[in-house]
Amino acid sequence: MTIDPAQQNGSRVDLQLIAGMIEPGSRVLDVGCGDGELLRLLSITRDVDCRGIEISQKGVNAGVALGLSVVQGDADTDLVNYPTKGFDYVILSQTLQATRAPHLVLRELVRIGRRAIISFPNFGHWRVRLHFLLSGQMPVTQTLPYQWYETPNIHLCSIDDFVDLTQRANVTIEHFIALDKEGKVSLTNQFRPMANLLAAQALFMLRAD
Amino acid sequence: MNKAIDNLTSSDRQAAPSFEPVMRFGMDAPLLLDCGVELAPLEIAYQTYGALNADKSNAILVCHALTGDQYVASTHPVTGRPGWWNTIVGPGRPVDTDRYFVICANVMGGCIGSTGPTSINPATGKSYGLSFPVITIGDMVNAQARLVEALGIDQLFCVIGGSMGGMQVLQWAYDYPEKVFSAIPIATAAWHSAQNIAFHEVGRQAIMADPDWCNGDYLTQDKRPEKGLAVARMAAHITYLSEAALHDKFGRNLQDRQKVGFGFDADFQVESYLRHQGSAFVDRFDANSYLYLTRAMDYFDLAAEYGDVLAEAFRGTPTRFCVVSFTSDWLFPTSESRDIVQALNASAANVSFVEIESQKGHDAFLLDEPELFATLTGFLNAAAQKRGLRHDD
Repeated sequence: MTIDPAQQNGSRVDLQLIAGMIEPGSRVLDVGCGDGELLRLLSITRDVDCRGIEISQKGVNAGVALGLSVVQGDADTDLVNYPTKGFDYVILSQTLQATRAPHLVLRELVRIGRRAIISFPNFGHWRVRLHFLLSGQMPVTQTLPYQWYETPNIHLCSIDDFVDLTQRANVTIEHFIALDKEGKVSLTNQFRPMANLLAAQALFMLRAD
Repeated sequence: MNKAIDNLTSSDRQAAPSFEPVMRFGMDAPLLLDCGVELAPLEIAYQTYGALNADKSNAILVCHALTGDQYVASTHPVTGRPGWWNTIVGPGRPVDTDRYFVICANVMGGCIGSTGPTSINPATGKSYGLSFPVITIGDMVNAQARLVEALGIDQLFCVIGGSMGGMQVLQWAYDYPEKVFSAIPIATAAWHSAQNIAFHEVGRQAIMADPDWCNGDYLTQDKRPEKGLAVARMAAHITYLSEAALHDKFGRNLQDRQKVGFGFDADFQVESYLRHQGSAFVDRFDANSYLYLTRAMDYFDLAAEYGDVLAEAFRGTPTRFCVVSFTSDWLFPTSESRDIVQALNASAANVSFVEIESQKGHDAFLLDEPELFATLTGFLNAAAQKRGLRHDD
């Protein structure tokens, strides 16, 4: 059984949040844009010049048929083709943990965009820890709904792991929002030390130093 | 099939049908070709569909493929067959003639009314034949640009085409970026591959090996290299299909017989089909035109001027692109479309790219492919919105 972790609750609250972070009239690249929900949201509500990259050809074709500018591509291999600072924002929503080399993807995102917006499920969340502690089996939760053998999430990390990576990569965290399992805001910047335990998902706005 | 054509005598064929309307440029307005020759006079035969709106912003130029013509959505005057893109262009179709003004011109070098090797050379009073200058995709596009200008259109809303037509689309976007609001190159490439040049060379050699080709001078000697041209078409037609499509359509089925004939008749249905394709083709196409147009495709290489860096060719392009390929197309495989997309991405261009699952091979772009229709409709609607075209324009 495959469930998109964020979509099973009906609406992608995190997408609304991301859309709210984008300056109207800017250029946006959405990496892993799926069926183009965020692109549609952005072009309708923020008058944004937006493009998408999506790995599934079915998603791409559906997006283009809706009039969105989407190309088939893979975050791991195709970001190198994009020009430096070609976009105001590059968005990677709920996809980082499914890439083969998240550290290289992060480097490309902050190169291509003046800002990068990245969201991912937090493997440090107390539910994940408790699940593993009590059962001794790979956690299956609302934000991580897959069994270990079928999960596309091959590089899960905690918020602290990710913050650690940004420091190694000389990437500045401009903004951080912790989200609950529904994608609603639970904690913001100042509570980041607590977030690794309490946040089901994380949303970062980053820029290269 | 094509009974009417089969019954035509050769003198009937020479009573050339009218290919009006034709835009004519006189001796005083020569076109400078890539080979350095100045060509005059120049005639461009074209068809239009729909109506141009008041601010002339709803024009779509359709570029035809190697053996196509301007009859994109109307009956061909020679074959009597319906338009070659009737499923795409027409009222309520993806390229909606109730909304857009559609232009399609016979390419320069062609044989359906535009200036080409069958035209009269003003210097000799006879058909050009091989004295016609070798032309390029860029020359074709420059000729079309004259037509578009003569029609009073400053900017095309969209340029669209498949295969050789797709090459023209890319050339348009490259040569006239400000005149191309959006572009849809389908089943094409930014340069012609070695394999494709090889196939074209087979076709050309088949034509030139026919004694009736008369070193290109067959028209003045009242002959036609029909056998050579038919073989060229047969070889090329295989490249337009796919192994799966041929298997599904014919398998090893025999033609009107129970057993193989132990001879060289068309035992197999696939042989009979190819022979039919070859013989039908010679009724509507000129052998020298085939040489010139295949040559133009062979010479096509948009990246060559930029040290093979295609992205440089599109730097800063204002055009919105929608690139389309088909999974089973081995003549212009998806990898070649992907090269175009990568180059456009590197220019931060506005680009969509759709690969459509199809067993029909290269010819899929001419056939009934609902996903192609959905792609074109979606892309054109979004582009029309950006261009500010209203639905009642």
